[in-house]
Amino acid sequence: MVLLLLFLAGPIAYCAYIAFTDLQLTGQAHASFVGFDNFREAFQDEEFLNAVWLTLVFTVISSLIGQNTLGLALASLMQRASKPVRTLTGGIVITAWVLPEVVAGFLLYAFFRKEGTLNAILDALHLPSQNWLFTLPILAVSFANVWRGTAFSMLVYSAALNEIPKEITEAAEVDGAGGWRRMWHITLPMIRRSIGTNLMLNTLQTLSVFGLIWVMTRGGPGDKSQTLPLFMYEQAFQNSMIGYGTAVALLLLLVGSLFSVVYMRLLRTEV
Amino acid sequence: MPVRPTAAVLLVSTLTAAATLTACSGSSGSDPDTLKVSFKQSTDNSIKVMDEFLAGIKTQFEKENPGKKVEFIPVKAPDSEYYTKVQQMLRSPKTAPDLVYEDTFLINSDITSGYLKPLDDYLAKWPDWAQFIDTAKTAAKAEDGKTYGVPDGTDTRGLWFDKGIFAKAGLPTDWQPKTWDEVLDAARTIKRKVPDVTPLNVYTGKPAGEAATMQGFEMLLYGTNDGTTDPLYDTTSKKWIAGSQGFKDALDFVETVYQEKLGPDVSTALDPNIQTIVRGDLLPKGKLAIDLDGSWLPQDWLPGSGHEWPEWSRKLGLAYMPTQHGQAPGKVSMSGGWTWAIPAKAANPDLAFKFIETMQTKANAQKWYIANSGIAVRKDVASDPAYASAQPGIKFFTDLVASTHYRPAYPAYPKVSTAIQEAMEGVTTGDMSTDEAASSYDDALKSATDNQVIQK
Repeated sequence: MVLLLLFLAGPIAYCAYIAFTDLQLTGQAHASFVGFDNFREAFQDEEFLNAVWLTLVFTVISSLIGQNTLGLALASLMQRASKPVRTLTGGIVITAWVLPEVVAGFLLYAFFRKEGTLNAILDALHLPSQNWLFTLPILAVSFANVWRGTAFSMLVYSAALNEIPKEITEAAEVDGAGGWRRMWHITLPMIRRSIGTNLMLNTLQTLSVFGLIWVMTRGGPGDKSQTLPLFMYEQAFQNSMIGYGTAVALLLLLVGSLFSVVYMRLLRTEV
Repeated sequence: MPVRPTAAVLLVSTLTAAATLTACSGSSGSDPDTLKVSFKQSTDNSIKVMDEFLAGIKTQFEKENPGKKVEFIPVKAPDSEYYTKVQQMLRSPKTAPDLVYEDTFLINSDITSGYLKPLDDYLAKWPDWAQFIDTAKTAAKAEDGKTYGVPDGTDTRGLWFDKGIFAKAGLPTDWQPKTWDEVLDAARTIKRKVPDVTPLNVYTGKPAGEAATMQGFEMLLYGTNDGTTDPLYDTTSKKWIAGSQGFKDALDFVETVYQEKLGPDVSTALDPNIQTIVRGDLLPKGKLAIDLDGSWLPQDWLPGSGHEWPEWSRKLGLAYMPTQHGQAPGKVSMSGGWTWAIPAKAANPDLAFKFIETMQTKANAQKWYIANSGIAVRKDVASDPAYASAQPGIKFFTDLVASTHYRPAYPAYPKVSTAIQEAMEGVTTGDMSTDEAASSYDDALKSATDNQVIQK
């Protein structure tokens, strides 16, 4: 307990303290306590509000919709697939997941860039190509996050689906329930807890994605893919404003806990 | 919650351990016979230029100073992360090295933080200091008038052009434009006559970072007005300059390049890897006619670099960047570079300065400039024929030192630089007119500098 306090709570408390100072990495002789100034500044800062918006877009598209739905779809398809197909798909998806974030970033940069693989494919199909990282940066990085993170959801859902007793599904089938009805009335309610856990873990992980976006777009062009972690990095380490950057980090923590609370609420009402 | 005995024991032992660790590092930090030198190690494992140079100096230094030892603390990181790491080390006497490698880009910031020690007393007694050119001496001079670092070379900037493309376009292969218009005219001619190449590259926007500010914008801005005064920062009032005509003219140039499609495709220009694309792809493959860029380019084309291109010196020509209307001094260049500095919390500052003296003998300095494709800041080296002929282009870029400018690298500079990049990006994409971009720069400047702004 004491160790936990010393090594975990200590740094967190220190961070929380710094967020209320104007500490800079360089260019300043002494830091002073400034109260809520950093937070006030953040909410007046257009770039910050832009980053909050992009973070929400990125999280909803890539985690809530992308990773979650795709993971569930893959998991249910794999339930029925033959063993070799299952091994192969599982292998590919999990490879994407175990790749270090930066490596995955470079791969997807190569995929999306102007002379990249995606445009080569589009060209071959005689479809118009474009520089995806320039025209649709937030979608491109969201797709990258889906590509990378779906394996996790797939594993969680595979485990959950295996837990559903065969008899229930078979009984429903005998009663004449089709695939969709079974999914909606039996499968989903039975794996509700897993959905909640998965959503929460996915969201928290997605909120903190940095390397992937940094490698692919550096938050650009302009600020068009600058999510909160990138904004925080720019403020703290490029502009040397550690105090302000830390305040933004605390706000990010707040966004994360908001999402968590919402998920827990959703879960509880359905129990 | 009552503290259980086991917890109390744990707490005590943890605290003891922490105290012991601190004591250890404390004592090693103040060993009077060990000199700790911290430097930036290349992130590319095949590049060992600095490591090898310093190893040689260490041998020489330990031989000349019996009983003294040199210990290196290499920091392997890209520029911006290196700054962060060093700044954290400099905060405490336990971690501060005796000698540190500092970029002139941030040195004034670190001086304001009280991280560095003034060197004037040492410099006054050091005869070699007289050999350093005046502009380089000011590179590490703070607002308080004291000098905090010894530069180990510099860099300059100019126009690189592809002689093959120029011949095809019917332009002279010993090209030297006299005004901005002549640069643009050459680019337009190339666009017309050799349509499948990019006529002119000017780095722009946030993805290119400081390259956009320094190789791009400031190379233009410092060539406006009379070409001698600082167009960014007013030294007499100690304020940043807003609303200047020069600023708008420089933005106009960038706008012209991208709106007339003389530059790379906008999406390529705003690619975070644009510098690698230019050096590794466009120039060596003959796909770029003119590139406004730095003196260090050949570093990438040396044997062993991964993309050797020894023919560059036959294929590329060099021209200096002219001032806006060709007004005196006719040419413009920007310079940066790195300096050796002594941390305020260093345990052995005297020894550290001795190490600088060893590194900066004429012979050692010359060895370093050549190994590093750096530009000499010592007059005796610059005039040495062995140095001038060591590499093609070295004489051209060394001659530019006479008309070069250093950035106003005060604490607000990194933020000012970002504001410049945003203004450039606005006119590059066409989202903003030059007037809009210039006025949004003025706003950003005010918040970046706490309103230390003057209209000029």
